[in-house]
Amino acid sequence: MTLAQAAHGFLSPTGVEIAFLLVGLVTFGAAIITVTTKQLVHAALWLVVALGGLAVEYLLLTAEFIAWVQVLIYVGSVVVLLLFGLMLTRAPIGRSPDADSGNRWAALVVALAAAAALVWVVVDAFRTTWIDLDGPAAGSTEATGASLFQNWVLPFEALSVLLLAALVGAIVLSRKAKAESSSPPVNSRASTGSSPSVPDSRNHTIGRNGPVAGTESAKGTKSARETDSTEQEGAR
Amino acid sequence: MNDALDVALRLLIVFVVFLTFPLLIGQTEHKVMAHMQGRLGPMYAGGFHGWAQLVADGVKFAQKEDVVPAGADRRIFQLAPAVALLPYLLVLLAIPIGPGEGAVGEVVDAGVFFVLAVMGVGVLGSLMAGWASANKFSLLGGLRTAAQLLAYELPMLLTAASVAMAAGTVSLPGILDAFEWWWLPWQIVGAIVFFVAGLAELQRPPFDMPVADSEIIFGAYTEYTGLRFALFLLAEYAGIVVLCGLTTVLFLGGWHGPWGADGLGWVWTLLKAAVLAFVVIWLRVTYPRLREDQLQKLSWTLLVPLSLAQIALTGIVKVVIQ
Repeated sequence: MTLAQAAHGFLSPTGVEIAFLLVGLVTFGAAIITVTTKQLVHAALWLVVALGGLAVEYLLLTAEFIAWVQVLIYVGSVVVLLLFGLMLTRAPIGRSPDADSGNRWAALVVALAAAAALVWVVVDAFRTTWIDLDGPAAGSTEATGASLFQNWVLPFEALSVLLLAALVGAIVLSRKAKAESSSPPVNSRASTGSSPSVPDSRNHTIGRNGPVAGTESAKGTKSARETDSTEQEGAR
Repeated sequence: MNDALDVALRLLIVFVVFLTFPLLIGQTEHKVMAHMQGRLGPMYAGGFHGWAQLVADGVKFAQKEDVVPAGADRRIFQLAPAVALLPYLLVLLAIPIGPGEGAVGEVVDAGVFFVLAVMGVGVLGSLMAGWASANKFSLLGGLRTAAQLLAYELPMLLTAASVAMAAGTVSLPGILDAFEWWWLPWQIVGAIVFFVAGLAELQRPPFDMPVADSEIIFGAYTEYTGLRFALFLLAEYAGIVVLCGLTTVLFLGGWHGPWGADGLGWVWTLLKAAVLAFVVIWLRVTYPRLREDQLQKLSWTLLVPLSLAQIALTGIVKVVIQ
C-alpha cells in the first residue's frame, strides 16, 4: 500500500483514472438496472451498456485486444442470442410483473459474496502493480498472443476441450429429446436440416426417405420441437 | 496543438466520407437499377439522367411525419436508428485508404477484431426496432435478423482470421503492408465467403429475408416513417461502403495496384471498393430472395466448411513457405 501510494498517489488522480472511475460507475449502474428492471428486453439492452462499459474499462487498462473481443463475443453474439431467445419465447412491451423471483435476497447475498471474494483476490494480487503507459503496450494483440501461447497453452487447450464437450453435450441433449418423443429416427435430416416452419422442407424429406416414414418422423420431430420450446418458455 | 489539429482533421474527413459515400452509393443504386430494369421513374427528376432523384427523396423523407405507434416502446423505438447507423461511422475510422500512417483515420492495433466487433453491434439496432415497434411483422423481421447474424458472423470471422494468419498481424494497415499479389488466388475462397457473409449481415438481396417487403413488409422497419426510416436506409448504404472497403483491404490488396501505388494508392482503394459496390447492386437486381431455411443452410453447410478449408489452406501454405 505504501509503495503504491508513494509511486503514484491516490489524491492526485490522472485523467485516465478519473475516466476509469466514471465508466465504472456507469457500468455498475447499468448492471444494477439490468437485474432490477421489470422489462425483460430492457434488461437485455442494459446488459449491452454494462458489457460495453466493461470493454471501455479494458481499453483504459491498455488491454485493447481483450476489449474488442469482449465487444465481439458479448455484445455482438451473446446479447443477440439473448434477444433472439426473448423474442422467440416471450418479450412483451412494458412491464412483466411475473418476471420476478422469490430468491432475490438469496441472490443478493450470493452476488455480494462473489463480488467481495473477487475484489479481495484482485486487490490482494495486484495492489502494487501499475501499468507503465510509456513502455510497450502491455495488452496489445502481440503481447496477449505471445503470453497466451507461451505461458498459458495448457489452460487454453483445456478450455477448448471444455467448450467442445459442451458443444457435443448440447447436440446429444437436443437429439435425445427428439428420439424419446418420436418413432425411431429414420432420417437424420430433420435434426440438422432446415427450419421446421417451412412446409417445403417436408416435401424434400418425402422425396429422399421414402413415402410414409419420412413424413411421420418429420412431423414427430416438429411437434417435439414445439413442445421443447413451450417447456423452455415455462422454465423461463 | 498540432496533434489535436491532426486528430480533428482526420475525424472531420472520416465524418465527411461517412456523410457523402453512402449517398453516392444510394444514387448509384438508383441509376444502375433503373438501367438494368429499364425503369423510367428514377430517370426523370431534374432532367439529365434524373440527377435530382436523391435530393427529391431526401426532401420527401424530411417532410414526412415522424410517427411513433401508440403501443410501441417509445424510447427504444426512437433510439434504434442511431444504434444501427453509428457503428459504421466508427468502422470507417479504422479502414486505411492509402499507404502509410497518414491515410487512415486511426490506426487500431487489433483492427480486424475492431471492425468486425463494431459491425456486429449495428445489428442490435434492427433487433431493437423489431421488438420496440409492437408489430408482429417487425418482430418476425427482428427474429430473422438475429438468426441471420448468428449464422453469418462465424464464416465472416473465420475468413478474416485466415487473412490475419497470412499476414501475421491483425492490424489493417499491417495486413496491407504484408500483401503480395499472389494472395489473391490464395485467399480467393475466403474473399468470396467474406463478401457473401457480409452481404447477408447487411441483409442485402438475395439475403433480405429479414426485410422481405412482399411478405413481412420490411420487417423491423415496418412502423418507421420519415427521417428515422431514412436513417435505416442510410445505415444500409453505409454498411455497403464499409463491407466493400473491408473486402478491398482484407482480400484485394487495398492501395496496391498493378502499376505501383506512388501517390495514387487511395485511387486504387476507391476503385476496387466502387467495383465491389457495383457488384452488390448488381446482385440485388439479379437474384431472387433466398428462403429462410435456404439462408441458414447456405451458411452452415457451405460457407462455414469453406472458410474452415480456407483456414487450413492458409495454415499449410504459411508453414510451407517459411
